[in-house]
Amino acid sequence: MIVNAILDRLGTATLRWLEEVGAAVAFVARTALSLARLRWEGQQVILQMSRAGVDSVPLVLLTGLFSGMVLAYQTASQLLRFGAEGFVGGLVAVSIAREAAPVFTAVTVAGRVGAGFAAELGTMVVTEQVDALTVMGTDPLEYLVVPRAVALVFMLPVLVVLANAVGSVGGYVVSVAVGVPGAAYVDSVRQLLDLHDLTGGLGKSAAFGLLIALVACHKGLRATGGAAGVGQATTGAVVAAIAWILAANYFLDVLLF
Amino acid sequence: MELTGRVEVQDLYKDLGGQPVLRGISLEVAPGEAVAILGPSGCGKTVFLRHLVGLLVPDRGGVRLDGETLHRLPPARLREIRAQVGMVFQGAALLDSLTVGENVAFPLRRHRRVPESRLKEIVAEKLNLVGMGGTEDRMPAELSGGMRKRVAIARALALDPKIVLYDEPTAGLDPVTARAVDRLMTEVRRKTGTTTVLVTHDLLTAFAVADRVAVMEAGRFVALGPREAVRANPHPLVQAFLRSSGLVGLPQEADGEA
Repeated sequence: MIVNAILDRLGTATLRWLEEVGAAVAFVARTALSLARLRWEGQQVILQMSRAGVDSVPLVLLTGLFSGMVLAYQTASQLLRFGAEGFVGGLVAVSIAREAAPVFTAVTVAGRVGAGFAAELGTMVVTEQVDALTVMGTDPLEYLVVPRAVALVFMLPVLVVLANAVGSVGGYVVSVAVGVPGAAYVDSVRQLLDLHDLTGGLGKSAAFGLLIALVACHKGLRATGGAAGVGQATTGAVVAAIAWILAANYFLDVLLF
Repeated sequence: MELTGRVEVQDLYKDLGGQPVLRGISLEVAPGEAVAILGPSGCGKTVFLRHLVGLLVPDRGGVRLDGETLHRLPPARLREIRAQVGMVFQGAALLDSLTVGENVAFPLRRHRRVPESRLKEIVAEKLNLVGMGGTEDRMPAELSGGMRKRVAIARALALDPKIVLYDEPTAGLDPVTARAVDRLMTEVRRKTGTTTVLVTHDLLTAFAVADRVAVMEAGRFVALGPREAVRANPHPLVQAFLRSSGLVGLPQEADGEA
């Protein structure tokens, strides 16, 4: 009896899990198809670029600045003990370009923009606006998901460029403040930082942008049951997006660098 | 190809979340006819209505509009058919990021290439039809429930559909506004000649708008016929609806509990 009950539970849980995975795969496949067909709603793309990208600038500047500063502080204070101040600038610059700027920016945007996507789409689902779109002959994926995905794929790298800039300035200022000579800092940046570090970081951030948009929109579109459902979808979207970013970051690093 | 507005539902079955919701529903609606599905909350009437526009796929049976079975149509044809079906959702479902005018213009922009000036004319005409003329630039959030419902009706009529579906058109409205929406639905039908299917738990709405009324309980029709025939139907649910709406006033019936 007990064995039967356990098997029953396991079976149900497995089926539900498979259903979830199936729905996610179908969602990604359909979105990819629409993206590839270039059925981009121009007006919606621009609107989302402005909301997701431009409006995120202040927050990204802030996180970029502080992550550059803390990296420099730790790197400089450790290396100074060994008299290796000649490496500080390069190490900080490479860390910012490859990791700090793309990852911290993506996590910030997942919190700000991903939550917004999930909440907006979730509300549209529970108020039947998504059904209304369908009935009016408009594919919700093309009208809602594709513009958000396109916007983040283009805007996240732009935000990362800004994070790189302020992070580097912050890193320089902090390093000099703890005793690294300015000229040595700049020299070591020139020696150690490759263009590939920067482009690799930007490439990663485009992938993160796609991940955030897909995860958040998928969670939003699967919201059920009113305000509570929208809240759950929003939290779930941010948590899942950040987990995916960190996992993807590892594998992209192995591939890229 | 233009629809004439004939709706045929054959032996429709649908389970949702493991629970049977529709258990064998058949209905034929002639072009231009108005049919109301009357039933208590949770009887499956909204699920039924969603099948009529292909938002849900039946487990068994099917819905045919002018002989074409919705769930077997290729996406492009389904889209063409949907352009000829207007649906008014329970909560109006206006796109809340767009103005009233943009909402009414939305189906036109998606389905037809209409010059901007003509578009404005059509939007104004549809809004006038529902008594909402001049509200083009307002946002849905600024409107009352009754006004939103009117705009939703204008939007459903934007493409001059052959079939209009109403999901609980008077739910959540005060009685005065509810009767005004009843009159509006009747007027829209008189002026446009559309086939009308509405689902409601409001017997007054059903009797005011429809030629025939179906009474639904737990996924089945327990009565279907012209108003007078339904009024005379002895089924307990039908009589309970009549009593609660004050349409049957005999003392012995009013005393008996259904």
